[in-house]
Amino acid sequence: MTAPDVKALTCPACGAAITLRTGAQALTVVCDSCHAVLDAKDSNLSILQKFGVKLHWTPAIPLGTKGDLKGEKFMAIGFQVRSITADGEKYSWREYTLWNPYQGYRYLSEYDGHWNDIVVAKSPPTPVPGSDPPVVEFHGEVFKHFQTAEATTDFILGEFPWQVKVGDKVQTNDYVSPPHMLSSEVTKEETTWSIGTYSSPQFIWNAFSLPGEPPSPQGVFENQPDDYGPRASALAKVFALFAALLIVFFIARQVTALRAPIFHQSYAFKSPTSDTSAFVTPVFPITGHTSNVEVTISANVANSWAYFNVSLINDQTGKAIDFGREVGYYYGSDSDGPWSEGSTEDVSYVPAVPPGNYFLRVQPEGPVSFSTTNYSIALRRDVPRLAWFLIAFVLLAAVPMFMQFREMMFESMRWKESDHPMGKTSSGTDDGDSSDDS
Amino acid sequence: MTILAANCPGCGAKIEFRWSSAVQTTCPFCKAILVRHDVDLEKVGVVGDFPADNSPIQLGTTGTYAKRPFTVVGRILYEYERGGWNEWHLRLADSASAWLSDAMSEYAVSQAVTAPDLPASASVHTGERHKWEGRDYIASTLTSAHYRGVEGELPFETWNRRDATFIDFDSNDDHFATLDYSDDTPVLYLGSYVEFSDLRMNNLRQIEGW
Repeated sequence: MTAPDVKALTCPACGAAITLRTGAQALTVVCDSCHAVLDAKDSNLSILQKFGVKLHWTPAIPLGTKGDLKGEKFMAIGFQVRSITADGEKYSWREYTLWNPYQGYRYLSEYDGHWNDIVVAKSPPTPVPGSDPPVVEFHGEVFKHFQTAEATTDFILGEFPWQVKVGDKVQTNDYVSPPHMLSSEVTKEETTWSIGTYSSPQFIWNAFSLPGEPPSPQGVFENQPDDYGPRASALAKVFALFAALLIVFFIARQVTALRAPIFHQSYAFKSPTSDTSAFVTPVFPITGHTSNVEVTISANVANSWAYFNVSLINDQTGKAIDFGREVGYYYGSDSDGPWSEGSTEDVSYVPAVPPGNYFLRVQPEGPVSFSTTNYSIALRRDVPRLAWFLIAFVLLAAVPMFMQFREMMFESMRWKESDHPMGKTSSGTDDGDSSDDS
Repeated sequence: MTILAANCPGCGAKIEFRWSSAVQTTCPFCKAILVRHDVDLEKVGVVGDFPADNSPIQLGTTGTYAKRPFTVVGRILYEYERGGWNEWHLRLADSASAWLSDAMSEYAVSQAVTAPDLPASASVHTGERHKWEGRDYIASTLTSAHYRGVEGELPFETWNRRDATFIDFDSNDDHFATLDYSDDTPVLYLGSYVEFSDLRMNNLRQIEGW
């Protein structure tokens, strides 16, 4: 049997040589020279359409180029520019028909630098009943409806195993499950489904050994996978691990903390007082390792306050840690009922106090009063503090929360161009389309 | 295993059968279409030349379908308004018969099954549902085709046939059904779409440049 794989033919419109790379499989072929659309089934290549478009596109993958796609060789044989119009704006993309005489056909699409590797689906997906926006299931994968539009063919080049002309219109329905995309093209005669996989531009460039660098993708494409998605979930796992460790550490700290009493003494003072009312306590030892010291000052103030200038002074080195604390407690009753403010007790912490012998210097102050204020000062060391754990927790949560936010932004950008942008309630009311009154 | 053999009544060449149940074959030398009557062959016509086509499959191609080895023993080329497609007749390892269709490099394997109450062609409409062997099918396309050519061993006689009507049914899991109305009684074929590489075929036609 003869094998004339490339037929030698001439264009009836301009006389240029026409090459049929797919031989008998081609149904439509476009003249390279004059862009007339020819009937490849006709041995005389009758003209289906003369070149009528003003714009001319050049395929990024020159037709006739063979590429290596997932271990198989494919040749680019057809190129189409198609577009949809939404809200008065035209969105164009490019489609390449690839062919291997053994494996058959495969397609590539490119929009704003985003590439998809596409094969025809051998069976249609199953609609999931009652879903809004619509959802379909295909081979166990769930796809969400993205967009329904009318696609127009604006430009064609090369040959096609189907009949195609410039100006052809089909209804397209896109469903997404990143990195996959299910698309149907509906004509009067038939509905065809195809399944695309998002591909990096560099993958396409490498497959076809294209020169230079691929244009970088703009925005977020409908089935573009969120590259940070897996990292975000990995990070969330790390966060969960650290959070668990923190909780374990917190519990361990609660259990092992000494909360050892160091000093406890009760005093009284009467205002006004002079500087000389400052006094020092007897020396007391702080033992063990360097730890924090909790200072609790209780005073029997009532609708009054007391202020304490306190110094914790190391008896050996004379090093002093100074701090002032106020105890104030007010209460009463008004039209809203009884109220109170403040407390008769103040708790503060002195961090990282090394062991040694210490004494306190205390100077109480208060409003001019004839009554005596009784107060006590109690010191404990190695007291666990919840605040530090909360701060650590918040710091730890910041990164995964940021990642979560970033992911939300990514998804919002993905769905922005769809029929179901985020933040809009998916229509049960039918103002979905008419609301876009420019 | 004895190889069935007979002489071509047209040119006298020795015809060896690859498949013991073949009803019709063609002489590779003189292109005679031969119908088998027990051991004798009757010449009923001559095959025309096949158009140059791009099927990578040929008589003698071997492969595997659903873990069953097969050999391509015959072929029918159908033609319809949008081109042509090949139905390659397979002899499976257990001598059963199956079909490998190659339509624009989309491949599918099917086998005839017996089913009761097959509908008449005129009564089937697109979208109609049928259940065969536990699977749901939806009628998708009706194809009117004609016999463009035959070669090799086939399970039925084709020399007296010219036109064929098929109704294709889809499932949602890459399976399909075809009702063949070439004959007076419809024949049901059930099968599945396959990837070329999954058939692991050998002895394919060499295509220049690939």
